[in-house]
Amino acid sequence: MEITVNINGTDHTADVEPRRLLVDHIRTGAGLTGTHIGCDTTSCGVCTVLVDGTPVKSCTMLAVQADGRSVTTVEGLKTADGLHPVQQAFSDEHGLQCGFCTPAMMLVGAALIADNPDPSDDEVRWAISGNLCRCTGYMNIVKAIQAAAAAASSNGDS
Amino acid sequence: MLPAQFDYIAASSVEEAIAAKAEGGDETRFLAGGQSLLPMMKLRFATPSKLVDINRIASAGLDSIRRHNGQLHIGALVRHADIAASDAVSGAVASAAPWISDPLVRNLGTLCGSVAHCDPEGDWNTVLLATGAEVVVQGPSDRRRSIDIGDFVVDFFTNSLADDEMVLGVHIPVPSGPSGGSYQKLERKVGDYATVGVAAHLELAADGTISAAGVAMTSVAPINRKATDAEALLVGNTPSAELFAEAGAAAAAAADPRDDVRGSARWKRQVVAAFTRRALAAAAEQAQA
Repeated sequence: MEITVNINGTDHTADVEPRRLLVDHIRTGAGLTGTHIGCDTTSCGVCTVLVDGTPVKSCTMLAVQADGRSVTTVEGLKTADGLHPVQQAFSDEHGLQCGFCTPAMMLVGAALIADNPDPSDDEVRWAISGNLCRCTGYMNIVKAIQAAAAAASSNGDS
Repeated sequence: MLPAQFDYIAASSVEEAIAAKAEGGDETRFLAGGQSLLPMMKLRFATPSKLVDINRIASAGLDSIRRHNGQLHIGALVRHADIAASDAVSGAVASAAPWISDPLVRNLGTLCGSVAHCDPEGDWNTVLLATGAEVVVQGPSDRRRSIDIGDFVVDFFTNSLADDEMVLGVHIPVPSGPSGGSYQKLERKVGDYATVGVAAHLELAADGTISAAGVAMTSVAPINRKATDAEALLVGNTPSAELFAEAGAAAAAAADPRDDVRGSARWKRQVVAAFTRRALAAAAEQAQA
């Protein structure tokens, strides 16, 4: 079945089997390996991408379901001006250790602050509650997302 | 993991979806949120030969939550996250929505998909049993019927839909008088199934006594179960801590939990009693506010 998915602003047209998962389509179809595969059973959240701006688990969505829709992966976060505030904040606040959950955490963080420019500690923890960090580095992930929110607000760019 | 091969149709109308389902029979499954179905297909617990994707159906108000004629209508494409964010919902429905799985699953998964899936550890059918909801389904030639949730859930992972019927939505009664409801859920971690879940719904008469009561339980019986003895002893009485403790004991007696990795059956019964008390107290507080 032929589908066209807009990934990070570029249309990708491909002929895919209906059973192909969106995460496989992104990684092997589009060659974007920043989206990780962890549990592959809808539990860990490391395969999170934004579909039309909403964070979802790309291991639990078919590629054909994304036909005609816009997908943002971690590779699409950076802007012409450089790193996205969330990316800069994860660097500044030591928001990552092994880095495996980081693309998903940053995408969830970006979606949260697009909706809520000043999230509380609880609101950040609630937003990332579907994403596991096996380094257990949650403290700095929460700090990084809040720092990103503050930076985005002060730039008038939330 | 890849699911087994299947044919895929993205239906553009309810009629087209029902025709495709009717043609494929029980080897064909509807795809809404897919948050239970796709994991089962990846593990080969489900191997449908065809999926009928209903997500592209823009007509029929499948994505709407609205109050109409004393009922809350939740369409087949309403996501858990939509319910959690909606001002139209209240009581046990509003209380349960933030407890469904995790935020990412809530963004795609639907209430109606969960209802039709009939996983006995699913939360929504418990809420619908307590609130006395109906499932609205459509078959060929615009043939519609409403099925009481108690009749809709036949067994675990088994509903009473015919092969050519599709769930359009659910209708949850919105009482005209004072009412309240709550869902209490114990889970080991975000996204896990309930160790124990209890939904309560209360309606009060003008004199403050309970005119209608619903109590139902998750994960403590082979299917989502109504605690009918508990409901019977509530109706006609004035809300009190003692009454709710009695109802909690009755609900615990009606539960049939198993020892498993989440805890012992004996302990789960105690949780049922405590959660029933708490859910009823929260429901009464809302109704009296």
